[in-house]
Amino acid sequence: MAATGRTAGRVTLRGTLAANGGTHVAKRRSDVGTLYRGSPGQWSWIAHRITGVAIVLFLFIHIVDTAVVGWGPEAYNRVESVYQNWFVRLLELGLVAAVVYHALNGVKIMLFDFWPSTTRHMKGLSLATTGLFVIAMIPITWIIGKATLELVGWL
Amino acid sequence: MAVETKERAATSAPRSGGPLGYGAGRERPSGGFELWTWLFMRISGIVLLFLAVGHVLIMHVLDEGIERVDFNFVAVRWDDVFWRTWDWALLSLALIHGVNGLRVVVQDYVKPAGARFAVNMVFYTLGFILFVLGTVVVFTFDPSQWVGAV
Repeated sequence: MAATGRTAGRVTLRGTLAANGGTHVAKRRSDVGTLYRGSPGQWSWIAHRITGVAIVLFLFIHIVDTAVVGWGPEAYNRVESVYQNWFVRLLELGLVAAVVYHALNGVKIMLFDFWPSTTRHMKGLSLATTGLFVIAMIPITWIIGKATLELVGWL
Repeated sequence: MAVETKERAATSAPRSGGPLGYGAGRERPSGGFELWTWLFMRISGIVLLFLAVGHVLIMHVLDEGIERVDFNFVAVRWDDVFWRTWDWALLSLALIHGVNGLRVVVQDYVKPAGARFAVNMVFYTLGFILFVLGTVVVFTFDPSQWVGAV
């Protein structure tokens, strides 16, 4: 942070303002009354956190249910039969979506971290990440959705 | 696994600044334990990109997905050292990556030192027990004891 002010007080003041990106600068008149939409980074940060926590909580359960395989076919197949339920299939779709999103957004984070100059393309990269996620989820939703509908007998 | 770590000075919310007036990602820690976990999250993230996404696609999307997964499926799959190694690596990395992620989240939302320590210890203990359980199952699973099952 380049502090160019001459007095100590001035340096601190300018440093503080610059450090938070000038968020304390008064909003333009045209901003008043418009919906706050945040920055792409803010939304992806929240999504990354929510998907991450969801995945690790599933992981805790998943290690236990997989461990049941050590108790033989009867026990394991009974546990696996939980997937013969349409709601669990929707959760399954959500899990796959969470993993795919967390992975793609994680790549974006690493891009920014290891090559900071890429942050100037942040909006474009956020759009690209979201676009890739949507494109990936189309066939995945089709496949799991179709299996779910077949399960409940609608297909 | 660390018991106590240095407090992060700032919140982990996206920092402002940068070319467009907002930054991206987490501020890189200056050193010590936090720098190593920061680096670990990224390195394990790259590996998990293949292990976890691959696992999810194989088990849930491709070739009938979860429909075909049963005891026999696991028995055939784990007959191959490659898949046992894959699953054990996934187990280890995902657990450490996940529990450390929870530690970062806890740092943001649980402020009192005692409560934070307690919550972290719950996750560390749970993570350790599940790591042991998963490791034992991956390496000792022997379907031959259920004759006729495979």
